[in-house]
Amino acid sequence: MQRTLYILLRNPMSMLGLLLVFIVVFSAIFADFIAPFPEHRGAVVDFANFNRAPEWPYIFGTDLVGRDIFSRIIYAFRISLMLGAVVLAIAVPIGVTIGLLAGYLGGWTEYFLMRLTDVFLSIPPLVLAMSIMGVLEPTLTNGMLAVTAMWWPWYTRLVYNITRSEKEEGYVLAAEVIGASRLHVMFREILPNCVPSILTKMTLDLGFVILIASSLSFLGLGVQPPTPDLGSMVAEGATYLPDSWWLTVFPGLAILVAVFGFNLVGDALREVLGTDQ
Amino acid sequence: MSAPTLRIKDLRLGFQGWSGTVEVLHGISMHIRKGERVALVGESGSGKSVTARIVLGLLQQLRSARVSGLVEFEGRDLEKLKARERSRLRGTAMSMIFQDPTSSLNPVYTIGVQFHEVLRRRHPDIRMPQAREMAIKALQDVAIPDPARALDSYSFQLSGGMNQRVMIAMALANEPSLLLADEPGTALDVTVQAQTLKLMRDLVEEHHTSVLFISHNLGVVREFADRVYVIYKGRIVEHGPAEGLFEDPRHPYTQALMRAVPRLTGGGIPEIDDVSQDYFAPLVVHEGCGEPEAVS
Repeated sequence: MQRTLYILLRNPMSMLGLLLVFIVVFSAIFADFIAPFPEHRGAVVDFANFNRAPEWPYIFGTDLVGRDIFSRIIYAFRISLMLGAVVLAIAVPIGVTIGLLAGYLGGWTEYFLMRLTDVFLSIPPLVLAMSIMGVLEPTLTNGMLAVTAMWWPWYTRLVYNITRSEKEEGYVLAAEVIGASRLHVMFREILPNCVPSILTKMTLDLGFVILIASSLSFLGLGVQPPTPDLGSMVAEGATYLPDSWWLTVFPGLAILVAVFGFNLVGDALREVLGTDQ
Repeated sequence: MSAPTLRIKDLRLGFQGWSGTVEVLHGISMHIRKGERVALVGESGSGKSVTARIVLGLLQQLRSARVSGLVEFEGRDLEKLKARERSRLRGTAMSMIFQDPTSSLNPVYTIGVQFHEVLRRRHPDIRMPQAREMAIKALQDVAIPDPARALDSYSFQLSGGMNQRVMIAMALANEPSLLLADEPGTALDVTVQAQTLKLMRDLVEEHHTSVLFISHNLGVVREFADRVYVIYKGRIVEHGPAEGLFEDPRHPYTQALMRAVPRLTGGGIPEIDDVSQDYFAPLVVHEGCGEPEAVS
């Protein structure tokens, strides 16, 4: 514990990361209290104040229908985090299980599962997500589904590689010798040894999922209006650059803060857990 | 006479490769009676460890392995047992100790948790407090000074010698009738190794456990075993009581092996020319050491 604190405190970038993540998570949870105009997260129209440059009380300005951009960014954080959490909550168990099976069982199982993973990895992620969204309706749920479909193979690869090396360890043989079942060896012996790496990757990925989700909604394939989303806010404002710069710059900065924060925390975690590879 | 704890007859093993089958064991026979400590001695690659793995049934799972011959455990042919019955024997009726004790323990669990898992093999409903009590007793038997503290430690917090003793305690916790010791403690330094082996000998004597002791270290074997099989390139070349065999090695390979026991002026690994008369010298069996015939 002391060592953890020491490593974190010593590195200013880790502290910055923690601060950024704290800001994002805190504002997402307490959005209702922080946002000056909570009702602006929906389909509100206020033409009296439309397209205003940043000034009090609209510190980040207003958008084309007069909604407070600051409030919408805070609610967008909530959506992004939820999306990230749900995507990882589905993708990680799937990816980890497949990786363990392929790595531990070997043979044809390994061959089949890893080639399947390779197929998914060989399709550019955005293209895969776009094609899924193209077939299905572009809703938040389908967006999560699309991002999940392209996310699990990375965990399969990660866990597969760790499993391959861990299964040669003495404790795995020792467990097999006292008659442990394959399931026991995979999930109770090997999996706990993968957890540090998985956790590190998850933290890093939370940022990337937010980025990908924003890219999707930038292309109009993700979260649909009037739900606030960082990607679609940037997309809407892009037409009015450079005059109404606040429409794009602030949501863009918000994406930067979230992704940058989670990346720094991921790096810090990597150091703390000793999962450099 | 009851059936020997372990009886192996004409055991052959080959590995299927691209260029045909590579023969590893050329029909070895051996037996271990109840409470007997038998050593299998040979150099690296002579087939010592694979023999232990066949007894445990681990090698048969490999698709490339071709195993034939008889392996009888307490009078039961292991090949005829169902996979489940066979796996039930592991960890209860037979257990194994490995070369490197530290890597044999999972670094993410405390010793106490792993001890609990081992004990659950025999007593499926055992609870943590009970398991702890039994574990403390077992650790006291292997002379671990503060068993409660050891149980709360992780394997990497204990010394190699402590881990080795923990492994011995775990291996004997379920009162197995056969203990396979695959070069135990080779990863440890010599003094610690000697201590733990002495401890292990006392314990197996006390529990009447049969031991198959696999080693390349003749000094250790001489200390530990009642009877010795010398294996060379997949064949048993000499079989005799430990004392007799060390006093009077008769097979050319055993004689060469004895000469290779480290001295300040060591002569390296013994080698017999594959086409020489010596290589084909028949199995030497010392007086009173024949293979028992099937009891049934």
